[in-house]
Amino acid sequence: MTIVQNTPLVGTSLERLEDERFLSGRGQYVADVRKAGMLHAAILRSSVAHGRIVRIGLDAARALPGIHAIVTAADIPQPIPRIPLRLVPLPEFAPYHQPVIASAKVRYVGEPIAVVVADSRALAEDAIDLIEIEIDNLPPIGDRDVDASGSFLFEETGTNIALRYHTASGDPDGAFATADYTRRETFQIQRHTAAPMETRGLMAQWDESGPTLKLYGAAKVPYFNRRALAAMMNLPETSLELIEVDVGGGFGVRGEFYPEDYLIPFAARLVGKPVSWIEDRREHLMATNHSRDVGATVEIACTKDGTITGLRGEVFGDMGAYIRTNGGVVPTAAGMFLQGPYRIANVDITVLALMTNKTPVGTYRGPGRFEANFFRERLLDMAAADLGIDPAEFRRINLIREDELPYSIGKRAPHLPDAVYDTGDYHAAFERCLTEIDWTGKAAVQGRLIDGRYHGVGIASFVESGGAGPKETSRFVLEKDGMVTIAVGSSMLGQGLETTFSQIASDALNIPVSAFRIDHGSTARLADGLGSYHGRSIIVGGSAVLDGAEKFRTAVIEAAANLLGRPNAELRFENGAVVSDAGASISLSQIAASRRPDDGLLSVDGIFLVNKPTYSYGTHAAYVAVDPDTGRVEVLDYVAVEDVGRAINPMIVSGQAIGALVQGLGGVFLDHLIYDEQCQLLTASFADYLMPTATDFPSLRSVALELRLSPTNPLGAKSAGEGGMVPVAAAVGNAVGAALQSCGAQPRTLPLSPSKVWSLIHEPAATAP
Amino acid sequence: MSRKIDITLTVNGAAYAHAADTRSTLVDFLRDDLKLTGTHIGCEHGVCGACTVLVDGEAVRSCLMLAPQADGASIVTVEGLGAANGELGALQRAFRKHHALQCGFCTPGILTTAHALLTQEPDADADRIRDVLSGNICRCTGYVTIVQAILEARDAYRRPADAGTSR
Repeated sequence: MTIVQNTPLVGTSLERLEDERFLSGRGQYVADVRKAGMLHAAILRSSVAHGRIVRIGLDAARALPGIHAIVTAADIPQPIPRIPLRLVPLPEFAPYHQPVIASAKVRYVGEPIAVVVADSRALAEDAIDLIEIEIDNLPPIGDRDVDASGSFLFEETGTNIALRYHTASGDPDGAFATADYTRRETFQIQRHTAAPMETRGLMAQWDESGPTLKLYGAAKVPYFNRRALAAMMNLPETSLELIEVDVGGGFGVRGEFYPEDYLIPFAARLVGKPVSWIEDRREHLMATNHSRDVGATVEIACTKDGTITGLRGEVFGDMGAYIRTNGGVVPTAAGMFLQGPYRIANVDITVLALMTNKTPVGTYRGPGRFEANFFRERLLDMAAADLGIDPAEFRRINLIREDELPYSIGKRAPHLPDAVYDTGDYHAAFERCLTEIDWTGKAAVQGRLIDGRYHGVGIASFVESGGAGPKETSRFVLEKDGMVTIAVGSSMLGQGLETTFSQIASDALNIPVSAFRIDHGSTARLADGLGSYHGRSIIVGGSAVLDGAEKFRTAVIEAAANLLGRPNAELRFENGAVVSDAGASISLSQIAASRRPDDGLLSVDGIFLVNKPTYSYGTHAAYVAVDPDTGRVEVLDYVAVEDVGRAINPMIVSGQAIGALVQGLGGVFLDHLIYDEQCQLLTASFADYLMPTATDFPSLRSVALELRLSPTNPLGAKSAGEGGMVPVAAAVGNAVGAALQSCGAQPRTLPLSPSKVWSLIHEPAATAP
Repeated sequence: MSRKIDITLTVNGAAYAHAADTRSTLVDFLRDDLKLTGTHIGCEHGVCGACTVLVDGEAVRSCLMLAPQADGASIVTVEGLGAANGELGALQRAFRKHHALQCGFCTPGILTTAHALLTQEPDADADRIRDVLSGNICRCTGYVTIVQAILEARDAYRRPADAGTSR
């Protein structure tokens, strides 16, 4: 067999290797996993936002035929396990970790109270309806003034403010005291979330003989979840196998450790049979992480000529009822990215995490960044207008120049070291975006009423971190048939990693992608893996694949040297075989076939260690038309420009950018998790929770630049999954503000629904946050 | 409480006679009884379109139809959209070429919706395609590449032998 691969694949838009199974209906998602004797679980959730559980009556439900078990807090070992934090594990959050099931109190609508296991899901749901539940209501906490009523989610803490910290650089007080100009504004991004098309699901299979547990449905961070679950179940990690099948979208919310990640394995162990639980959409909208819901009061100080001299602000995140695995990422990242890609010497930021009787908050694509960019870029446009400076010129004055990089913004959170922007040409990306949207030409329509609609163009620049360390691992295994299996610690959530990892390995070893099989299916494959979040899969995971490939080359040469009886130095690996100048040659298949049974398969481990994030950056521009009669905003044109360092597969990078952009536009105009005053969720179906559909945003463009490689990793990659999203609210908010300048309307809150925009135009005083 | 009712139907060209639970939806019947798991459940209330299948040639939300209502019907699911030789059909190939799918979860419903549209209207323009697709939610792609892929597949539907399924 001759296998030759001469053209580099990294940088080419290879069609995705995973697509055929998805297109033919052969993908296997967790609801497709069936086992003999499998039972089905359904979960009784609190319908009350805040209250004390008085009684749970199970007799009628237990009497129903086909019911195998009903689990409540009384059945769980005491103390009830609580879900540990994976990120930002600040000690202040300790009282607020979520117990896996409600016992004395319920704290949000959707909190698990009981799990029913039955022959079918329909029967389990029938039984749920028969459970009698009595809850004494407590006053719910829903708005920002969380400590005003004296009602506390956690009485023992005496406050609903879980965290408050303060960071500063330079001399902010001095800067504001001496400033030519200051302006202070309050902004708010509404609660919304990822809502991937596949809901969560788990299938747990307990084997008493090990004992071992197999848990299907893992995603994003299976190794962390294995560690957490092992501790909670009092089992060694090696007794647990978390299995990742196809995942119908993640965007941050899928795969984190939720109460069900304990409850379903517990139920499977209890009944001794496989138990499947598939979340329904109503459950999903009240049980899976919410996100955003960050507000801020921000103040800017400038000189008359437009140089920003100071920025200060207070950022408040509504965390919901518990601090889940993502800790304080959402509000802390909003504080961290408030400064953005600008040279600001004097900065002062306070961050608060507030507890309310709502579904807990976690990360959603661009956590904190979507919010921070909206706050800052809106304020920049207001300041530029006040100073009589063109918004583009105002940004040119303040954008960090390449000769100022690396640029430290200092320590912006108690758990993080100084943030240092690495490489880039912020001005080049900015100018490219202005050229693409024709900023100069669009001056003719800016704020003009044309055919009954106000037209406006808005711009917004951003810098965004990715590639979280500290490590990722890979394992290359030469299979008996000569194929190479690459086990990776990264997780697949639809982002095409089977293709991009194969491209990286193919180039490194100069053999075709068809020689590889990417294995991300199980925690049994590797000792550890950090998974997929923070735009880290290519940067850290891909670099671990690259390292594994180099070690694999060395290992096959070593193996061939023994087989051929020649020193390593005379041999090289090319075209899928180890060859010597003298003409000796042995293929991977032959090397594989020559292994003795005792040898096992040839296998090497790759690893990549990194302690610095990458910083991608760019600029977005939006061109909108606003109908003053209806408040409807049409996005006429939108350009997203981002420097991704290196694009492994430009087609996939573009898909990430456009997909993120449309999700971002959903966050601007549509997505909204609405609670009433009793903290009842009003948007618990897709008829109420609106997301973009195909008719909403047809005119979108993305430009992926490869201007400056990242210095943190051998691929030179920067994250590419979130840049399409993070400045979308900022750019659109500025475009709407520009369009409505003659009305004096300023978007300060989202979503920009038709009624909100109509009010901005016609009742500006009523629309302050 | 449930009881069973005997139904007969054709799915992807194969005839089935089966006792269906009277309260089972068509999508649960396809997935649980016939083991055709390519059809996905996204919302169970007819909004997201992930469960779309063809019932006698029309794109239908299989979560909003009871299995007994499909008695006597001819149904095509994503598993039946391939070409006769077992390869991907023209629409599926266009989706791969244009990167019109990412996580793949909504894809079966979008393929069946687009297949029904192009079978009936092989000259549908981008606006018409977006209109029809507006009943299917995709959270990954932003729809741009999906529209491109469907536009490209139109040629094959003008010459039906190339389109894939003839069922």
